[in-house]
Amino acid sequence: MKLHVEGRSAYAYTGGKPFDPHQRVIVFVHGAVHDHGAFNLLARWYAHHGWSALAVDLPAHMRSEGPALARVEDMATWLVALLDVARVRQCVLVGHSMGSLIAMEATRQLLPRQSAIHVTDLVMIGTCVPMPVPQALLDLGRQNLPAALDRVTMHSYASLAPKPSFPGPGVWLRGAGRRLMSMVCDHARDVHGEPDLFSIDFQACNAYTDGLRAAEAVGAQAVCRALLVLGKHDQMTLPKSAAAVAHALRAHVCTTEAGHLPMAEAPDALLHAMRQAGIE
Amino acid sequence: MAGFSDPGFDTLALHAGAAPDPATGARAVPLHLSTSFVFESSEHAASLFNLERSGHVYSRISNPTTAVFEERMAALEGGVGAVATASGQAALHLAIATLAGAGSHVVASSALYGGSHNLLHYTLRRFGIETTFVKPDDVDGFRDAIRPNTKLVFGETLGNPGLDVLDIPNVASVAHDAGVPLLVDSTFTTPYLMRPTTLGADLIYHSATKFLGGHGTVVGGVVVDGGRFDWSRSARFPELNQPYEGFHGMTFSEESSEGAFLMRARREGLRDFGACMSPHTAWLILQGIETLPLRMARHVDNARKVALALAAHPMVARVGYPDLDTHPSHKLAQRLLPKGCGAVFSFDLKGSRRQGVAFIEALKIFSHLANVGDCRSLVIHPASTTHFRMDDAALAAAGITAGTIRLSIGLEDADDLLDDLKRALKVAEKSA
Repeated sequence: MKLHVEGRSAYAYTGGKPFDPHQRVIVFVHGAVHDHGAFNLLARWYAHHGWSALAVDLPAHMRSEGPALARVEDMATWLVALLDVARVRQCVLVGHSMGSLIAMEATRQLLPRQSAIHVTDLVMIGTCVPMPVPQALLDLGRQNLPAALDRVTMHSYASLAPKPSFPGPGVWLRGAGRRLMSMVCDHARDVHGEPDLFSIDFQACNAYTDGLRAAEAVGAQAVCRALLVLGKHDQMTLPKSAAAVAHALRAHVCTTEAGHLPMAEAPDALLHAMRQAGIE
Repeated sequence: MAGFSDPGFDTLALHAGAAPDPATGARAVPLHLSTSFVFESSEHAASLFNLERSGHVYSRISNPTTAVFEERMAALEGGVGAVATASGQAALHLAIATLAGAGSHVVASSALYGGSHNLLHYTLRRFGIETTFVKPDDVDGFRDAIRPNTKLVFGETLGNPGLDVLDIPNVASVAHDAGVPLLVDSTFTTPYLMRPTTLGADLIYHSATKFLGGHGTVVGGVVVDGGRFDWSRSARFPELNQPYEGFHGMTFSEESSEGAFLMRARREGLRDFGACMSPHTAWLILQGIETLPLRMARHVDNARKVALALAAHPMVARVGYPDLDTHPSHKLAQRLLPKGCGAVFSFDLKGSRRQGVAFIEALKIFSHLANVGDCRSLVIHPASTTHFRMDDAALAAAGITAGTIRLSIGLEDADDLLDDLKRALKVAEKSA
């Protein structure tokens, strides 16, 4: 569905059902140079199990108008504004990688105004805080985008044969993931006038140094439950690097047989973890 | 399973899409001969049908063994995924039917396999899909032929019967400028010799019966989606970017930005047309793919030796192999096919139809049959078989002479193939 957020058109996938803010709401936030499709199985499942789902495209990502936002804090502010426009009053926030930082920061931004929008659960997938990005990758993204996307793909998957594949059988995950990132970057350049979305997104992750303080603020107020779903073989955000944020959030931690993308490599395990955490 | 960070082609040919079976430890890909798959619960069943969870329901739509073949082909082609089909013809039909309907138009190379030409020129016309044929080297002709209702530009990596090399980068550019995807038949080249997605093609299909299977045992096909075409940006494809009442009101390009074509091809095409691949066929083709790099290298090596020997033989008027500098596509082949031009080509005997027949019947190692891409060497004489109803003038219009012989070079010792051919040429010479 299309929304008008901060003067710009924004898109959110609703999982195949009309969005109804009066139902229980679950919101999904994708990672760097991805789009809502990262969450299409989860969004469809929740949308057909008594929830209203919003899987957003961040600004300048595919169907949401640009310009891109350069800071995690600004992306979180945009997300909060989107929730306002959608008349969401209570929700579960689910984010992957950069999206997990945005979801956590949005939860912090909503702390003072709990009466307006209440985040009941925060789910962070493929995450760590802080989320440093090697300078070599940032440089490569500026100099040779295809090579940078290849490198991200190399480090994102744990297996050559995750089953039963995502979003369905017959999909080659590495190829699909690589192509999606390329398509998002091309679309940003051609449609949204953002020639360097890769650098903007990854630099935003790198620059978000306030994450542990945000986690501590959220954890201290104990206003929402937190769940971390990590990939055992994640080479992008190492599981051990998530210990500090897990501690600060007092989060339950679940590890899956996956790399950086449990949504794609272990979709059933991810759904199971969320349902076990009471999000069902 | 960490460690496969950046696998190469040969590794993908063996491992992509398959891991040791978690239930049994089986190392080879298990053959799942099961029409259906048990649901964990009613809720699980509903979730699978509604694409809320990934998994297998019924083998017409997907099957664990067939899925390995599909994922492996996508990996080898540099694509996002694939749909396996009952034959190469079924793959071509699926690609077209997913994008086109009555009132649609296709622009196709005129140098096509006869079965593809029949489908486009006769059969699809009966269903309201028109085709304009353009010579494969006429890039401007492709541009001029595109209409507002054109859904697809189509050609073969190596065209029939003359092995014209399709200028994929330029034809793709023409198609993309008009907002139309390029589909290519890559049967003769396989991903070992060319990855059309890297040259600009959007959709690739194969008759997997040929070099992919490689052993002349099963019939199958596959469509691979390169995932490069942005269906959401073109008004030509409401099939992919508007809600489809026939499948939960789904808008496929919203479900998956990079995999919309595959979703519709599987969820509509396999569901409704039903030309799926048997898992047994998929399993056999997988055995072939595991040795594809080794076999293709040998196929090409043998084909080069045979082509050179024939080109030097006094009974041979012409050899139509792009690896030779006498072929009109030689320069393009050097650029697009640096590893070789495959192992199927034709040559013209200096002689009559009768001499052509005598040549065929004198061969001992080459098998006279209607197929290509077998590990065994094959031969056919079009004027006395596939085109026997044509007179010499009609044959000439099709690029065939009374003495044209098509060879598919196999994996035998090259010297044995050369001896067989030389002996048969002598018999043909004496039968004048």
